[in-house]
Amino acid sequence: MAHDTTVQTAGHDEHHHESPVVFGFWVYLMTDCIIFGSLFAVFAVLHNQVNGGPSGRDLFEYSGLAQETALLLISSITYGFGMIAAHKNEVNKVIMWLGVTFLLGLGFVGLELNEFAHMIHEGNGPDRSAFLSSFFTLVSTHGLHVTCGLIWLVTLIVQLMGTTEIPERMMNKLTCLSLFWHFLDIVWICVFTYVYLASMI
Amino acid sequence: MLGRLSFSAIPLDVPILVGTFLGVAIIGLAVLGLITYYGKWGYLWKEWLTSVDHKRLAVMYIVLALVALFRGFADAIMMRTQLAMAYAGNPGYLPPHHYDQIFSAHGTIMIFFLAMAFMTGLFNFVVPLQIGARDVAFPFLNNLSFWMTAIAFILVNVSLFIGEFSQCGWLAYPPLSESQFSPGVGVDYYIWAIQLSGVGTLLTGVNFFVTIVKMRAPGMTWMKMPVFTWTAFCSSILIMVSFPVLTVAVALLGLDRYFGMHFFTNDGGGNQMLYLSLIWSWGHPEVYILVIPAFGVFSEVVPAFSGKPLFGYGTMVYATCSIMVLSFIVWVHHFFTMGAGPDVNAFFGIATMIISIPTGVKLFNWMFTMYKGRVQFHACMYWAVGFMVTFTIGGMTGVMMAIPGADFVLHNSLFLIAHFHNVIIGGVYFGYICGMNFWFPKVMGFKMNETWGIRAFWFWFVGFYFAFVPLYVLGFDGMTRRMNHYDNPEWHIWLLIAEVGAVLILFGIVCQLTQLYVTIRDRNLPANRDVTGDPWNGRALEWSTSSPPPPYNFAIVPHVHELDAFMHDKENGIDTRCAGGPYAPIHMPKNTAAGFLIGVFSLVFGFAAVWYIWWLAAIGLIGVIGTVIARSANKDIDYYIPAEEVARIENEHSRKLMAQAAE
Amino acid sequence: MKNKLLARMARLGGLSSALLLAGCEMDVLDPKGPVGDGVKSLIATSTIAMLIVVIPTIILSVYFAWHYRQSNTSAEYLPKWSHSNKIELIIWGVPSLIILFLAVITYQTCHSLDPYKPLEAEATTKPLHVEVVALDWKWLFIYPEQGIATVNQLAIPVNTPVDFVITSDSVMNSFFIPRLGSMIYAMAGMQTQLHLMANEPGDYLGESANYSGRGFSDMKFRTLAVSGDEFNAWVDKVKSSSEQLDGQTYPKLAAPSEANPVEYFAHVEPGMFNTIVAKYNNGMVMDKSTGKMIQVQSAMSDMNMKE
Repeated sequence: MAHDTTVQTAGHDEHHHESPVVFGFWVYLMTDCIIFGSLFAVFAVLHNQVNGGPSGRDLFEYSGLAQETALLLISSITYGFGMIAAHKNEVNKVIMWLGVTFLLGLGFVGLELNEFAHMIHEGNGPDRSAFLSSFFTLVSTHGLHVTCGLIWLVTLIVQLMGTTEIPERMMNKLTCLSLFWHFLDIVWICVFTYVYLASMI
Repeated sequence: MLGRLSFSAIPLDVPILVGTFLGVAIIGLAVLGLITYYGKWGYLWKEWLTSVDHKRLAVMYIVLALVALFRGFADAIMMRTQLAMAYAGNPGYLPPHHYDQIFSAHGTIMIFFLAMAFMTGLFNFVVPLQIGARDVAFPFLNNLSFWMTAIAFILVNVSLFIGEFSQCGWLAYPPLSESQFSPGVGVDYYIWAIQLSGVGTLLTGVNFFVTIVKMRAPGMTWMKMPVFTWTAFCSSILIMVSFPVLTVAVALLGLDRYFGMHFFTNDGGGNQMLYLSLIWSWGHPEVYILVIPAFGVFSEVVPAFSGKPLFGYGTMVYATCSIMVLSFIVWVHHFFTMGAGPDVNAFFGIATMIISIPTGVKLFNWMFTMYKGRVQFHACMYWAVGFMVTFTIGGMTGVMMAIPGADFVLHNSLFLIAHFHNVIIGGVYFGYICGMNFWFPKVMGFKMNETWGIRAFWFWFVGFYFAFVPLYVLGFDGMTRRMNHYDNPEWHIWLLIAEVGAVLILFGIVCQLTQLYVTIRDRNLPANRDVTGDPWNGRALEWSTSSPPPPYNFAIVPHVHELDAFMHDKENGIDTRCAGGPYAPIHMPKNTAAGFLIGVFSLVFGFAAVWYIWWLAAIGLIGVIGTVIARSANKDIDYYIPAEEVARIENEHSRKLMAQAAE
Repeated sequence: MKNKLLARMARLGGLSSALLLAGCEMDVLDPKGPVGDGVKSLIATSTIAMLIVVIPTIILSVYFAWHYRQSNTSAEYLPKWSHSNKIELIIWGVPSLIILFLAVITYQTCHSLDPYKPLEAEATTKPLHVEVVALDWKWLFIYPEQGIATVNQLAIPVNTPVDFVITSDSVMNSFFIPRLGSMIYAMAGMQTQLHLMANEPGDYLGESANYSGRGFSDMKFRTLAVSGDEFNAWVDKVKSSSEQLDGQTYPKLAAPSEANPVEYFAHVEPGMFNTIVAKYNNGMVMDKSTGKMIQVQSAMSDMNMKE
């Protein structure tokens, strides 16, 4: 649902030149923040409820985690380059950087799915214990957001193709996706610290 | 192929449901037939279903709310009748399986589809007009919000005829709502209805928050904002903060049910108390989401019919904001009896009581607005004074239940039921109906019939006391809620009185329907027309434009000089409308079918998910995403109303105003 | 129309005072034990305190609306008046004082009426221990000291404090005897506590105050408050039953049943209650005296009680 907010422009009004789209999307992200906040709270309550099964210390591995984190953080930088290009109205560069961002994001989702598949295969799926339920839900809610971001990236790349300049509406969309993508980065840092690192230490 | 769905899911063995289905089908076919006969499909589609105009959406929301009222009330009177019958060995006419669905549906429908829809309807209608805006910040999302709410309501009603509804109460406490104890589809219907309508509500909250922050007319600083807009603002913030928590709570319950996870299960390390905390940290703000706008309505109505400004505007604003903040730190009072320590209970009990201070202040403010005024006993004032009396009693019983010691015997009893109906009927419902009577001429261009309005009030008012005072008594007599039958002869007489109350309320609803009928029948009588757009000598900007307002609301966006902007202009001879122009072309959003389509695909998705028909769910989900992407690619989303057209509409209204003034 | 308004208000006033009088016969307002007495006086005190504001509010809102009606041109009309510091002070001040008062008694009663707090009578009288299990849809009472168990009937000696420990082997319920006072939730895997006492002999209603599904309406029990001798006779009667409660018979009892009749079990396997709690906690149970989790050591812990 995240990208709904961008798909329209408001009834303009001569007294308010700036569009409320970006502000509105930012406000929406704050509500998303509360969703993540609630999931973190749930994880905090349930993370010791291992039900005789494995705990985070038994399950999490550094290597895949480091790769995932690196991919996502770099993708934020590449998106940033895309925004710089957008401000210079260089459509082809924007498409290129969005493409790179997409690939990095796809890599992240791929690694995450691989990690999940591995855990489920070993019998440590989300139905094993309350701890694993909350772990899978929190991490995959983030992953689902990244997936939505990927769909959104493709949509914008396709919409940008064949155009030569970036109108205000497209700029708003790019800015919103930028907010969204960086927001997911911040959430990931929280996930990384609170879910993974805190469990492994 | 059809997942869990089979012919046995259709309750042909329950005559009440078969009869209801036939009734709904006949009425539905009649309505569809009439639309076809009069050739109104095109009009309905172009002007209403796809409309992004906040005024049209407001009307659709309120129609939806009234339909929900009929369904919810039908449930209520069935429950009362069951309890009037089912004692001393008589099982009544509703077996637990059916009765439990009815009370679950009653609560769900009344809160999510009557109260929330009615409130959103009032927001939609009033807020943009009061702040001098041409529409909300995101008109398309507004339309989408409506459809998400509407299809969620449809999904609840589908459960009547295909399968069953939840039998776990309106908040579906686990572990009862877990698949171990409720393996049927009822809870799944509940989950998807809540989630889909939640999307709509959340978007509404964001939309109105942004609208109020960004789109106020020039000069309207925060402390010159009308009180109703203030309440809509606080309510929107509460929606934005609390609805995500509801989404999470219900989603986790869904994950337990669909994927065998262990959030709230008895085993596997699940924690049912966590669900209570999550659901009530939405649930308590929710009641303030509903009641704060009702306070806003009274803050507009009482001054208008007392011929005076609102007493203590600043106090009112601070009181509203403090209620908003406090509403987040009281949720534990819904489960004092869970065994948290005395200090925890004391904290939440006292926090709850503190809310009664700003709430009490509001009551005094309305009282002192009437003081040394000239009170006109319009139907609106009946609802307002009836509210003050009723809500005060509800507030008192609320504080009683906020004292943990007392709550230990009153919790989950019929005393609780009486208390929250006391504040929800006496506060929320009276408020919204009052608001409907007040703003109706602005919406439609003609006033509501008063005689029937006052009759409706008296039936509701007296009916309320007959229906719920006995429940207070029964609470003291140890009767708990959600009981299907009982054997205590002392309870019977009180339940019979409550049944009488329910019948009186039924008469109240009949009077409201008659009121609507008579209003529409007599709409062209000169006494009923609202020619000036200002039938009550109103104070805020919505009364400065014509009734009904033109699509763009204000040809020239008004400048606000004072609180009660329109009254200030009238008193100082300023023409708020700037009649005569010069007019500029006005940029407007185009209607779109996208919201409707997303709604339909979501309904398909929700229904398929309830029944585990995964291919159909995939179609629904792809439809939603596809429609969103298509909408994003659509460049034809706005248009301009030419300056000449604006001038024509405005001059026409000026002519009417002058003709009226000449009379 | 306006006369009618006043008349209705007057009638409502009459109705509610009649209800207050009738209250003397109602379960919660006619308690038979010290906890109920405490709650009753709390309800009375808080109601009176609130009526100090509530009654003037109701009277004034009707009186102002009536007195300043449009047709009463003799009433003063101040079309601009909308602020008064004096009134603001009163309307914030008086409710705040009342809430301050209520906050104090709330804090005090939260501690004095804390369901986990042993009753004062325990200083002089040895309490009776009863373990309560909410099942679908009946109540199981285990008397560990007597080694007996009953279903849907709770006998207690009068003037003896009773310490309840409560859990559920099903969904959430709430254990409630209106005549004796406070209720508390019953939740699987958890133990809640309640301390009650009956001062007068009688046969009191007990029920679940939290909806628990299909059979909820019949999930009731009788509380027999009897003299010490009668209680001993009752224990003997239970002991003469031919039924036993152990790992074999428990699953049959725990299976869902509606309007379950009273049942007696002459013997109950020791540690039954802890086993029921522990089966949702990987065999762990919280020791009430130390607050630590301990492994259940009982003959039954090996039995698969989930079946």
